[in-house]
Amino acid sequence: MSYSLAKVDQIIDGYGADKEALIQILLDIQHEFRWLSRETLMHTADRLGLPMNQLYNVTTFYKHFSLVPQGRHAVSVCVGTACHVRGATRLLDRVAQGLKLSPDETSADEKFSLKTVSCLGCCALGPVMVFDGKYMSNPTSNEIAEIVEECE
Amino acid sequence: MSQISVTINGEHIQAEEGMTILEAARGAGIFIPTLCHHEQLESYGSCRLCVVEIGTGERKKVVASCLYHISEGLVVETETEKINGFRRTILNLLMHRWDNIPAILLEKYGAKSNERFIDNMTYCILCGLCVRFCHEVKGANVLGFIGRGTIRQVVIFPNQSAKYCASSCPDEMECLHYCPTGVISSQYYGSRPADGQALPHAAPVCINEDLNILEVLERVGHV
Ligand code: SF4
Ligand code: FES
Ligand code: FES
Repeated sequence: MSYSLAKVDQIIDGYGADKEALIQILLDIQHEFRWLSRETLMHTADRLGLPMNQLYNVTTFYKHFSLVPQGRHAVSVCVGTACHVRGATRLLDRVAQGLKLSPDETSADEKFSLKTVSCLGCCALGPVMVFDGKYMSNPTSNEIAEIVEECE
Repeated sequence: MSQISVTINGEHIQAEEGMTILEAARGAGIFIPTLCHHEQLESYGSCRLCVVEIGTGERKKVVASCLYHISEGLVVETETEKINGFRRTILNLLMHRWDNIPAILLEKYGAKSNERFIDNMTYCILCGLCVRFCHEVKGANVLGFIGRGTIRQVVIFPNQSAKYCASSCPDEMECLHYCPTGVISSQYYGSRPADGQALPHAAPVCINEDLNILEVLERVGHV
């Protein structure tokens, strides 16, 4: 989705432009656009009457915030202890190959973003991959290729 | 403000309600070491060197004296074995970022460098004094923190420095005097930016707001 400051304003107004709600506002903006652009941060700082250094402080502190564009489809591979023991490295290799991305990368057409996470709380399924919120236990190269095919 | 009485190291002390333990102790001439505290600035509580024990018996607990406000009858111990052990650990850790910690502190608490910790002499102990000074006193927000954990660092925002340094600090860069390790003054001494000019950005790494954020994040190890 392309950025619209009108939408950002709408989110900010939803919280009464209250600077105490900074994190909530940023979360909503990120949810809407998948990342936080510099323009958005400047606009938000302006609207809330906060200095930019504070916004960088918050957005670089929480791993959830992304200051770089994220793909339309989010792919996470668990590299937690249990998944690691059960072959997460090989799964990660397969996924990286299937998506033609390295971990923490987003494809140029912003289709996919690949991330690693540490334990999703379903170790029995390990090694686990999450594709747009859907949990998959140790998918094969073919299964991964199929999903990639199906995606817009 | 009304006077209340507290006991520090067994001494009965009169102090003003609303004071922190640190203020009450200093008022009575009792020494508590601090690194991130400054009278002009809000307490921040990042160095934890000022920890003390409060309460008695079962209900003893450890608090940061620069943040904890006194109440009538509060009992405080500033130099127990437990407390001094904490300070020793903190100093042991800091020694690997800052190799000329005042000797008086190292000796007093018996701190020694530990080969388990890797030296990383950034000379920045993340006390935030410069950041807070520029924000609270100058309202210029030229300096700021980014990142967390081991990659947390102080950065300079060049756009802000070009906009504010010359007018906020017309004679000299006042933030230099707030850095306990001297890392800022060693880099920026004599380099006060002229109107419209940005601070020269050696380390601490700077965020250049005109750069692509990706590049910035790469530089600070986020991506
Ligand atoms: S010199 Fe610049 S960075 Fe330092 S306190 Fe003054 S305005 Fe802030
Ligand atoms: S380690 Fe992967 S789900 Fe727990
Ligand atoms: S002086 Fe209290 S935590 Fe640093």
